[in-house]
Formats: sequence, structure tokens, C-alpha cells
Amino acid sequence: MAGTAAGGTRRNPWAPYLLVLPGVLWLLLFFVVPIVTLAQTSIAGAGRAWWDGYARAFTDYGGFILRSFRFSLLATLVALLLAYPLAYVMAFRAGRFKHFLLGLVILPFFTTFLVRTFAWKTILNDGGPVVGFLIWLHLLPPDGRLLNTNWAVIGGLTYNFLPFMVLPIYVSLEKIDRRLVEAAQDLYSSPLRAFATVVLPLSLPGVFAGSLLTFIPASGDFINAELLGSPNQRMIGTVIQNQFLQVHDYPLAAALSFVLMTIITIAVIAYARVLGTEDLA
Amino acid sequence: MAGAPAPLARRARWRGWVLDAVGGLVLLYLFLPIFVIVLYSFNRPAGKFNFVWKAFSLDAWRDPFKYQPLVDAMKLSLKVASISTAAATVFGSLIALALCRYKFRGSGPIGLLLVLPLTTPEVVLGSSLLSLFLDFNQRMGFTTIVIAHIMFSVSYVALTVRARIRGFDWTLEEAAMDLGATPWRVLRKVTLPLIAPGIVAAAMLSFALSLDDFIITLFNSGSEVTYPLYVYGARRAAFPPQINVLATTILVGSLLLLGLTVLWQQRRLKQALVGPGA
Repeated sequence: MAGTAAGGTRRNPWAPYLLVLPGVLWLLLFFVVPIVTLAQTSIAGAGRAWWDGYARAFTDYGGFILRSFRFSLLATLVALLLAYPLAYVMAFRAGRFKHFLLGLVILPFFTTFLVRTFAWKTILNDGGPVVGFLIWLHLLPPDGRLLNTNWAVIGGLTYNFLPFMVLPIYVSLEKIDRRLVEAAQDLYSSPLRAFATVVLPLSLPGVFAGSLLTFIPASGDFINAELLGSPNQRMIGTVIQNQFLQVHDYPLAAALSFVLMTIITIAVIAYARVLGTEDLA
Repeated sequence: MAGAPAPLARRARWRGWVLDAVGGLVLLYLFLPIFVIVLYSFNRPAGKFNFVWKAFSLDAWRDPFKYQPLVDAMKLSLKVASISTAAATVFGSLIALALCRYKFRGSGPIGLLLVLPLTTPEVVLGSSLLSLFLDFNQRMGFTTIVIAHIMFSVSYVALTVRARIRGFDWTLEEAAMDLGATPWRVLRKVTLPLIAPGIVAAAMLSFALSLDDFIITLFNSGSEVTYPLYVYGARRAAFPPQINVLATTILVGSLLLLGLTVLWQQRRLKQALVGPGA
């Protein structure tokens, strides 16, 4: 690799820069620069202190921020509990059906995200079969409902981002050398112990990537809260959208966006420290 | 395993079946809404909203283009997806090529720049672009939607292509040059065929993401209405089964496309194994 790379460089030292130029320029102009203007907008309240937007973000909307992170954290946890067994079955037990199952996991991507969430509305509807079944089991009171509850929103979030949890875990399980597991068992480790000491630690990078790919979009999402919840389930994304597009209180809206981004960044770094991995890909 | 006593083996088998069952249930959970979408495309709803099952009917399938705004929204989405996919595929593939093919100063920061949009919530991406456009008094509309879609697609394309072409044998290019091929010919005859499958996969992903995007588009669409925006608005006015018909069509269409791509790649592989001229 080093030899060819050197060869390429010798030919034309500017070649890689020319290749990356259009894409990098686009990302700088429409991803990096906007983040800077967002920061500027957040401190540009006319006739107010620069931190006014941030103060209001925390005092007036702190509850929404907390709820967003609570919901997305729970959704990530549930998604992890559901995704791990599926990824495990795909990687270790599916045999030649492996690729077929992989296809099934990405199939939901081929129908519009919004239409799928509307389908959940149909499934969880009052008087629908799911509500009826839960009432019959006495898990819900006779006048109980699923729509407009925290669980509907958390379930929707879990559903929407589940494939993003399954795929990275599957990839990291798939990479594990089977002989390591066999070696552990040959050394009289029980299957559970072999799993806990060999398979689980080696799959942590996948768990890490999957959790981020679920937690980050879930915390900013507002479609599930809007379609499956009531105003009692409203998340911070709705507030940001509302302030930007309807109320036009740009400093507050920008401050809220910035707070969301900052908290996520801190959470990601802390999580990376805990799991001891910095590798995102 | 062979040496394990019988009860242990039986327990292990049980554990395996339980695992399979759990995996199957999770797959079912993933599929439930899709069944509902397809099923409800055959519904004749009682009112304007296709949320409760009433009676089987083929009406929506017989007249899928009944609602002009829905058709217009779909057309706009396809247009946006085509343009943004074309641009993002070129931009992203070039970045991936540079990152895999060359060692150069700045490749680390570029890798980070590619990952960051994926770890930023869509509300932040959408609202920050909106604040940029507001700063420059840019009118929201078709152009701003396309700009936004190219932005979030470039990363996906670059990372997908890079994952596919990592570890290729680039000496093939040198061999072609040594044999007197012009750089243009090398690109056409050696480099592109090598990286084509990765690029096709990335383009399909980019198209699907663009067709599906709601949150970022909402911030930058002005008065334009894409397919997801139409669906979102439909919850207030009317939610006709034609929405389900279109969603089912997209599903079947992408499955066919996926099948064709797999066939195409298998044929390429066969040709490569048998050798040129076969």
C-alpha cells in the first residue's frame, strides 16, 4: 500500500486534493459554515443579552430537553435488547440464510419512514387488535389506550432506528473468529461464560456504533412524538421546528439546536470513554 | 461440544431455539408496519382517513394518481432525489477514491468531516442550513432542498464507497500505465470497473435517503411539498389509500432494483472468474 501510495503521490501531488475538492467544499459550505451561523444566530437577539436565548432554552424548555433524552435513551436501550439477539442469530445461527435475513432487516428502509410511522398509528389505534388483546390480558385497563402514551412514542423511536442498531452489531459479531469461541468451550467454559468473556467484549464496537446511530437521531426526532403522542409527549425537535418555522424566534430556536448538539457531543464522548472505543466506523 | 454431557447439550439446544424465536419475533416487529401499509392499500376507508379497516377494495390501485397534489409531490421528490444523488455520488466517490488511493496530509480531518454529519441530529442539520439561508436572504425552495440533500448524502456515499474499495490492489492501475495506457483509459478500463459495485450501492442508498427525508427538508422547503412533506400534511386534511399504494410501489420497485443489481454483480463476478472475452 505504501509503495503504490508513494507512486501516486510522485505522479501528481495535487491529485488527492483535486479529487476531494468538490465534496469537501460542499460539506464546508453547507455543513460547517451553517453550524457557525447557527451559533451566531443563537447569540444575536436584538436588544437582549447574548445569552438570553440560552437562558430561555433552559428555563422554558428544559423539560422538553430532559424528556427527549429520556425517551431516546430508553429507545436505545430497548433497541439494543431487541437487536442483539437478532444480530446474534444472523451471525452465528442463520447459516446460508444469513444474507436473506440481512435483506429482511434493511427492507423497512424501502418504505417511507413517515408512512411506516402512520402504520404504527393504525396498529396502536384505540379499538384496534393490539389494544384489545392487552385489555383482554388485563395489561391495560378497559378504557386503556396506547396512542398518546410515552410507550407509543418510545416504541415508535425504537422501531424507526432498530435496523441501525442491528447492522453494526451484526457486522462486529460476524468478524469474530469462531475458533476463539471453540477454544473457550474446549477449555470447559460454559456457553454463557464463553459468550460473556469472548463474544460480548468483541462485539462492543458494534454496540457502540449502533447505540450512537439510534440515540442521536432519536433525540432530535419529532415525528414519532407528533404522530404517536399527545402534547404531553412533545420532544425538543418539535419546539425547535416550531420556533424556527412558525414563531420565528430565531435566537431561541438556534440556542435550542445548539444545546441539543452540545449535550449529544458530551454524551458521545463520555460513552466512548466508558466503552473504551473511539472507533466510529 | 461432543464431550459435553447430554443434559448440557440439551440445554444448549433449548437456548438456541429460544434465541431463534426471539430473533424471529424481532423481525416480525420490523415487518408489522410494512404488512399494514400493503394491506391498507386495499382498504376502502369510511372517511377521509385510511387508519381504520373498513372493506377490501381495489379502488386505490385502479386510480393511483387520483390526487394531483400527491402526484406532484412524488414527482418533486423523484426530481430532487435524481439530482442530489447524481451530485452526491460524484462528490462522495471522488472523496472515497482519494482517501483509499492516496496518503496525503489532511485525510484525517476529512474522515472526521465525513462522519460528523452522521452524528448530528437532523433538526440541527436542517435548522443550521435554514439559518445560513436566512442570513443570505436565500429564498427557500427547490434549490435549497437539493443543496440540503446533497449535503447529507455526500457522507453516506463517501463512507459506503470507501468501505467497499478499501484494500483493493491499486497496482493494477500502475500495470496498465506501464503498458502504455493513457490516464483516461486507465480510469475507464481499470479503476471504474473496480469501484463500480460500491458506487452503485452508494447511489441507491443516497436515492433512498433523499426520497425519505423529512426533517431536514421541512426546514428548507419553503412552499415546495415533497412526498414525505405531503404525507405529513395528510394527517390533517385527508389520508387517502393512494399514499399506501405509492409506498407499496416504492417497496416493490426497490426490491426489483435490488434483485437486478445482485444479478448484475453475480454476472460480473462470473465474467471476472472465467476471464475477459467470455
